[in-house]
Amino acid sequence: MSVLVYVEAVGGKIKKAGFEGVSYGKQAANQMGTGVTAVLFGAADAAEVASLGNYGATKVLHASGDAFNTFESNAFADAMSAAAEKEGSTLLIFPFDNSGRALAPRLSARMGAGLVSGATAYPEISGNTLKVKKNVFSGKAIAQVEIATDKKIISFTPNSTGIQEVGGSAAVEAFSPAVKSSKIKLVEVQKQEGEIPLPEAELVVSAGRGMKGPEHWGVIEEMAKVLGAATACSRPVADIGWRPHHEHVGQTGITVRPNLYIAIGISGAIQHLAGVNQSKTIVVINKDPEAPFFKAADYGVIGDAFDVAPRLLEAFKKFKANQN
Amino acid sequence: MNILVCISKVPDTTTKISFTDNNTKFNTAGVQYIVNPSDEWYALVRGLELKEALGGSVTIITVGLAEDDAIIRKALAIGADEAVRVNADPADSYFVAAQIAAYAKTKNFDLILTGKETIDHNNAEVGGMIAEMVGMEFVSPVNKLDVNGNVARMESEVGGATFVLEAELPLVISAAKGMADQRIPNMRGIMAARTKPINVVEPQGVQPLVKVAAFEMPPAKAGVKMIDPENMDELVQLLHNEAKVI
Repeated sequence: MSVLVYVEAVGGKIKKAGFEGVSYGKQAANQMGTGVTAVLFGAADAAEVASLGNYGATKVLHASGDAFNTFESNAFADAMSAAAEKEGSTLLIFPFDNSGRALAPRLSARMGAGLVSGATAYPEISGNTLKVKKNVFSGKAIAQVEIATDKKIISFTPNSTGIQEVGGSAAVEAFSPAVKSSKIKLVEVQKQEGEIPLPEAELVVSAGRGMKGPEHWGVIEEMAKVLGAATACSRPVADIGWRPHHEHVGQTGITVRPNLYIAIGISGAIQHLAGVNQSKTIVVINKDPEAPFFKAADYGVIGDAFDVAPRLLEAFKKFKANQN
Repeated sequence: MNILVCISKVPDTTTKISFTDNNTKFNTAGVQYIVNPSDEWYALVRGLELKEALGGSVTIITVGLAEDDAIIRKALAIGADEAVRVNADPADSYFVAAQIAAYAKTKNFDLILTGKETIDHNNAEVGGMIAEMVGMEFVSPVNKLDVNGNVARMESEVGGATFVLEAELPLVISAAKGMADQRIPNMRGIMAARTKPINVVEPQGVQPLVKVAAFEMPPAKAGVKMIDPENMDELVQLLHNEAKVI
């Protein structure tokens, strides 16, 4: 009966989206008059595992064997369906990140469970019907999607509903379900050293053609470093090779939802806005007062990127120095 | 090397979105449609490049009504060899995946490619569902794809790292940025596309699992607060005290 929540630990630490997922599951479970079972994948010490109780998990199934230390969609999907069967769960919760995108559709098809991907609010549950909101048309509209199948799956957009501490405790059980072996072999992992992964970043410093060339990105990178932010860019800048593809934010690149998005020298084409319009606060720096990005901004500065960005960098440095 | 590329019809990226019928239906009046960008730029173009290098054929498939033939012609003009249209309104991802899976099971595809997600419903669901239904493995997102013999070598960028993966075909792959570059159809392709047949197949009886009850527009922004470019300390203080984001 309990609501089942997918949780990942990386390097011994539970990912933030895992805590948010448990909070999300707890809200749904309250409406259904049931509890939350978190299925935790990856090694973590006892205190870390038990901390899931603080966010509303009543039970933790901890899958920590060799098969579960590296993400593998087949094995993880098998484990989640085994857990759903064991717990008699009718509602499964995933984060709408790369793991959730790989797992939730498989399980939807396997279980005949209606799936809503990218939910941005808590669900409204009434009897066997669940309604939940999600962004559509790349954030230009919101859809209220209804699931009426007996089994249901929601993947929520991380950083939408937040983490709520409830101060409970969870019973922890080791979990080692049988899973099919995969033919997908991991050859190597190339880490991008020292960088903050863009899709998970809470602060993003982004720049576009207004920077006039890749040799001028030093101020952007330094600003990101001072803030502990990720760097991003607009599509033209990635396409001409000034910046790597994985930094491209927009409709055809990555969609981000940080607390702060600083756009420097980006005009704000509709396709770019689609990738950033869910950010909590947007700062736009552009020398063109007519730049469309200002309409989507919370704070705007009209000025040349080459003048304003170094000044903003100095202001951030001063602020950080005063904080310490 | 036989490749199936799943394409979806979506409103052009610059479309102004509105709704009709008491906010329950997308307003299609005056809307220009395109092939979903990641289906076209990444999945279709990489499929064509692999076919050109290794031989074989590229079949495109979409679930939609006769009005979708225009975007099918566009994909054929870019270079696809064959087209299949499942003659049904694409009710939800599960319905679409079930139609494509049913077709795929009747053929021997080495690769089934989908774009990372469509720009209308932003679900990113169809690829994983097809994989489950046809009993293949699914790799998502894939930013680079090469095939050597019957082994695919893939790069998947996840969480600040690049995972290099290898797997034997067949596979279902979700194609993302980096896999290929947009290809503009040339006149020869456009002419050839006019005479390529579109194989229309009737749908399987499958019930959708979800439905959109209503649409709404996002709340409007309160308006932008302009800051003097000489006074970046003020901006930093506002971000700290007012927006509370640093």
